[in-house]
Amino acid sequence: MFAYIIRRLFQGALVLAIVGFIAFCMFRFIGDPYENILGQDATVQDRLALEERLGLNDPIPVQYFKFLGNAVQGEFGVSYRNGIPVAEMIAQRLPATIELAVVSAIFAVVLGVLFGVYTAINRDGFLANFIMTSSLIGVSLPTFLIGILLIWVFAVELKMLPSFGRGETVDVFGWKTGLLTASGLKSLILPSITLGLYQMTLVMRLVRSEMLEVLRTDYIRFARARGLARRAINFGHALKNTLLPVVTIIGIQLGQIIAFAIITETVFQWPGVGLLFINAVNFVDVPIMATYLLLVGTLFVLINLVVDLLYVIIDPRLRLDGTEAR
Amino acid sequence: MTEHTLLEVKDLKVQIPTRRGVLTPVNEVSFTIGRGEIVGVVGESGAGKSITGSAIIGLLDRPARISSGSVTLQGEVISGLNEEQLRRVRGKRIGTVFQDPLTSLDPLMSIGDQLSETAMAHLAISREAAREKALQALIDVGIPAAESRLDAYPHEFSGGMRQRVVIALALIGEPDLIIADEPTTALDVSVQAQVLMLLKRLCRERNTGVMLITHDMGVIAETTDRVVVLYAGRVAEIGNTEQVLTSAKHPYTRGLVGATPNPANMDGDNARLNQIPGSMPGLLALPTGCPFHPRCSEVMPVCKTEQPALTPLGDTTIACHLATEASA
Repeated sequence: MFAYIIRRLFQGALVLAIVGFIAFCMFRFIGDPYENILGQDATVQDRLALEERLGLNDPIPVQYFKFLGNAVQGEFGVSYRNGIPVAEMIAQRLPATIELAVVSAIFAVVLGVLFGVYTAINRDGFLANFIMTSSLIGVSLPTFLIGILLIWVFAVELKMLPSFGRGETVDVFGWKTGLLTASGLKSLILPSITLGLYQMTLVMRLVRSEMLEVLRTDYIRFARARGLARRAINFGHALKNTLLPVVTIIGIQLGQIIAFAIITETVFQWPGVGLLFINAVNFVDVPIMATYLLLVGTLFVLINLVVDLLYVIIDPRLRLDGTEAR
Repeated sequence: MTEHTLLEVKDLKVQIPTRRGVLTPVNEVSFTIGRGEIVGVVGESGAGKSITGSAIIGLLDRPARISSGSVTLQGEVISGLNEEQLRRVRGKRIGTVFQDPLTSLDPLMSIGDQLSETAMAHLAISREAAREKALQALIDVGIPAAESRLDAYPHEFSGGMRQRVVIALALIGEPDLIIADEPTTALDVSVQAQVLMLLKRLCRERNTGVMLITHDMGVIAETTDRVVVLYAGRVAEIGNTEQVLTSAKHPYTRGLVGATPNPANMDGDNARLNQIPGSMPGLLALPTGCPFHPRCSEVMPVCKTEQPALTPLGDTTIACHLATEASA
């Protein structure tokens, strides 16, 4: 068990080192750092001084390890465009993205699992068929279209919900949250649905097909023959056995929700990291792009680590710590 | 039906509507099981043994359904009960043991939890009492170091041990009847006898009736008091085990017995097993008359046109023109 965690941690570190290398390459090879920092009409002396100051004359591997070392300490350099440390800019915008991602993930997982279980249990029911058919819309419509449709219906026509921004935010221990104000919550609804709809339908269809598979197994039949209540069978036995593949997908989806909130944030002008990234791309603001890459990489590694640990909690067969040979 | 009767299956008919016509895997099957009696149900694959078992506990897979006939448990008709009423019959009054112990248990739940969950579903007892009962159930079925194994998961047990756990699960609701569907088929030969003897001993101790579904005449001989022989969904013969094994009247039963290895019957080099020629007809193409007639060595003209009725004949009940004619 311990060795399992250590191995996973090691693999995660390796992945991050590679992501770090790619981010590092962006610095070196996208654009010209001299030009980016000093401008076009810098003198040779200026260039040499900069080279000395930034360590650009060190061998490439040394530079790489310096870069990694700085990144580990939360030092990601300064934005080319407005001269503010990148770490500060990201920290300022991260709460918005995290709140959006968490809310839409909860929306996707809770509704996805509920609908999935419902459609699996009532396979031929009218409502189940209706849900299945309409889920095709969620799977096939692109995110930006859903966002624009929602804005059109709920913001433009019905004028019920705001079409952009975060609304009012409250500062809680340095974390700007929109979850505590009415306008903040209202502003969250449309972007969360936009971001979570695809994931919700995906989770639902996965839960449904896994559940149908499990409901056919002998142990479910035996559970019925034991006279257990329907609810105990469906949720205590069947759902639990569908969780393993579902947790994997949910983990990956969660990473995607955070990483690819870009589109939703653009559509709703949501002041999060994704919007920051898109703007950085427009201005070739390499430090921000590289940091974003590292951030997303770290998130994926962390989520996968959590998923791996969840496996062990869910499935006793994976607890290979020698205790099974009793 | 006497006071001694535990289960009475009467004219049970199970039908499955399909695109190519209605199948009748169980056709007018009738038999009884007395309190504490072990009754074997034997037949080839597809004879309708397992479907009969499923029909009794109301666990037929759709679209199969009981189209006529009745199942009566202790004087109460249980065929046609609704799902919730049936749930209270299953596990509480009729326990079930399935064929494959490797797949019968939920892999993600400890066996202690599965046992106490079942106990709590049927007996009004607390979690602690249910755990006590689970422990006792494991001890009863002979799991070594039962206390330390309550929290073990199914994959930590061998096949034979898992089938013991399944038997413990079937018995924990203190049922009056156990339906055991090929309980030893998936086990090693060396473990089969142990599990059978365990099942037999526990049911004798508790005066639990057993419906033992099997295709193995050896199992029938070792375990049962009476035998129901099924062929193509119909009862061919019902009789006391000893009588059926030694002097079966139905040609099919004789064929089954003859096809079972038995050292006493074999004389040296001539030791060849008899076999019944042909195979059981498909449910879509049942022959007219007696379903066994195309394979029967003693077929008579009447067999091809008329379905023989199930008739009491001495100690046995039999559906065969030959036997009824001989006695007439």
